[in-house]
Amino acid sequence: MAREASVSEVLLDARGIAKSFGGVQALRDVSLTIGRGEIYGLIGPNGAGKTTFFNVLTGLYSADSGEVQFDGARLDIGLPHLVTRQGIARTFQNIRLFANMSALENVMVGRHLRSHASVIGAVLRNRATRREEADIVDRAHRLLRYVGVDARANDLARHLSYGDQRRLEIARALATEPKLLALDEPAAGMNATETASLRQLVESIRADGVTVLLIEHDVKLVMGLCDRVAVLDYGEKIAEDVPDRVQRDPKVVEAYLGGALA
Amino acid sequence: MDTFIQQIVNGLVLGSIYALVALGYTMVYGILGLINFAHGEVVMVGALTALSIVKALSGSGLPGPVIALLGLMGAIPVCMALGFTIERVAYRPLRNAPRLAPLITAIGVSIVLQQVMMLGWGSTYLSFPALFSETPHSLMGAHINDLQIMIVCVAGATMAGLILLVQKTRIGRAMRAAAENPAMASLMGVNVDRIISFTFVVGSALAAVAGLMVSANYSIAHYSMGFMLGLKAFTAAVLGGIGNLAGAMLGGVLLGLIESLGSGYISDLTGGVLGSNYRDVFAFFVLILVLVLRPSGLMGEQVSERA
Repeated sequence: MAREASVSEVLLDARGIAKSFGGVQALRDVSLTIGRGEIYGLIGPNGAGKTTFFNVLTGLYSADSGEVQFDGARLDIGLPHLVTRQGIARTFQNIRLFANMSALENVMVGRHLRSHASVIGAVLRNRATRREEADIVDRAHRLLRYVGVDARANDLARHLSYGDQRRLEIARALATEPKLLALDEPAAGMNATETASLRQLVESIRADGVTVLLIEHDVKLVMGLCDRVAVLDYGEKIAEDVPDRVQRDPKVVEAYLGGALA
Repeated sequence: MDTFIQQIVNGLVLGSIYALVALGYTMVYGILGLINFAHGEVVMVGALTALSIVKALSGSGLPGPVIALLGLMGAIPVCMALGFTIERVAYRPLRNAPRLAPLITAIGVSIVLQQVMMLGWGSTYLSFPALFSETPHSLMGAHINDLQIMIVCVAGATMAGLILLVQKTRIGRAMRAAAENPAMASLMGVNVDRIISFTFVVGSALAAVAGLMVSANYSIAHYSMGFMLGLKAFTAAVLGGIGNLAGAMLGGVLLGLIESLGSGYISDLTGGVLGSNYRDVFAFFVLILVLVLRPSGLMGEQVSERA
């Protein structure tokens, strides 16, 4: 399992990211690199800044300082629709679907970025528009099948079970054709069976050429799944290595178990 | 019985117009959570623009329906540009301001538009030329003329088109997504600012259609005609459930029927004390009832907090 990560080609290179909210320094000088094709884990105790880092990467927050190079270009931090265009898609810890749209439509919205039909096209219903629309529906169905919720395609997203909603959110993120898929605690609230099948899904996503960034509380899942893991504590990166070594890192043990036991 | 059917016919005609205007309110509310109180004035600008075109062409010998169509073709782009500008100038800079701020600019825009149009078109009532044959057709004992038939048909077709746009197209999907969760839609690559502009533009196009209809129907146009019409259409949107497109259509038609039947029978019911000049009362009576009994409207859902 502990295969040495070969960061042959860097996909994402975050340098010196800092972010504070009022007086709270949520991130201080966090730098990390994610290689193309990796499953990269980001762990840390509650409040360590994992989600803040995610939000900076995906454009929801702008960073106070630092910059992110993604796939050879500077990432437009603070502009979500441009970050998605550059190839980063994410899911949320608290699922955020379009609750009153069908599962299929949720994924179809994800295709927005990679489709072009204009208002004129919509009015004229010309052949190119109809073909594109048919293609969107087709791809959306394929993605639903890929994550295993195609049977619920026409149900409203809010009527799906919790596990299916998580999968649907992944399908919607994949619809934007990301180079990097960022999953924020995808296993939260899942039972052992669901977690196992989630693990399979993440592995097949990587096998299909998408790099995965994973925030997760379930340490077993992270250690089993990730090629490399970074640990955040109080907004600082205290370790970054292959899972085996991270687990034995005294600083990590201290952060998780508290100074008393270390 | 004849009166009853006649009032139903009149109510449907009036209701079609209310529905078109109500859609403009409800679309903007759905996506921004904002009541665009300047929307009635967009209808007025559409009406006066159409009026000028119609008047200029009325001596040309073109058939009436063609002139009406040309008036519409002129009014629609004017209103679209106006709706786009209003959003840019009055609302976008206040996107993150307290809710009261855009409400006040809406009223400001409304006053400015009225005054500007008064300077250009005068403060007197302007008569709208008759463009359709006024010979009434008989329909189950009631009378309906060509104009009224046109109004109901055009409004129906326009609304069907809007539903297709919103439900079946890429941009419609983006609108619904942005209405549900703008931040999330943005993460999906939807440019929410553009969707908001688009929403204003579409709503304003509907307002232009309604403007021509209402001034042709009453044969009159006036710089302040948008105020009462806007309030009633807003009432219709609230009645149907603001933010809900089908609700705005239903609310518009219902309000038209209520107002028409109410003003038709009020004299009989009150023994002649109140006459049909009390017609405007019904809309606001309905508004009060809805706000007291069912604030979310007929088709509105309980508004849940956004995550």
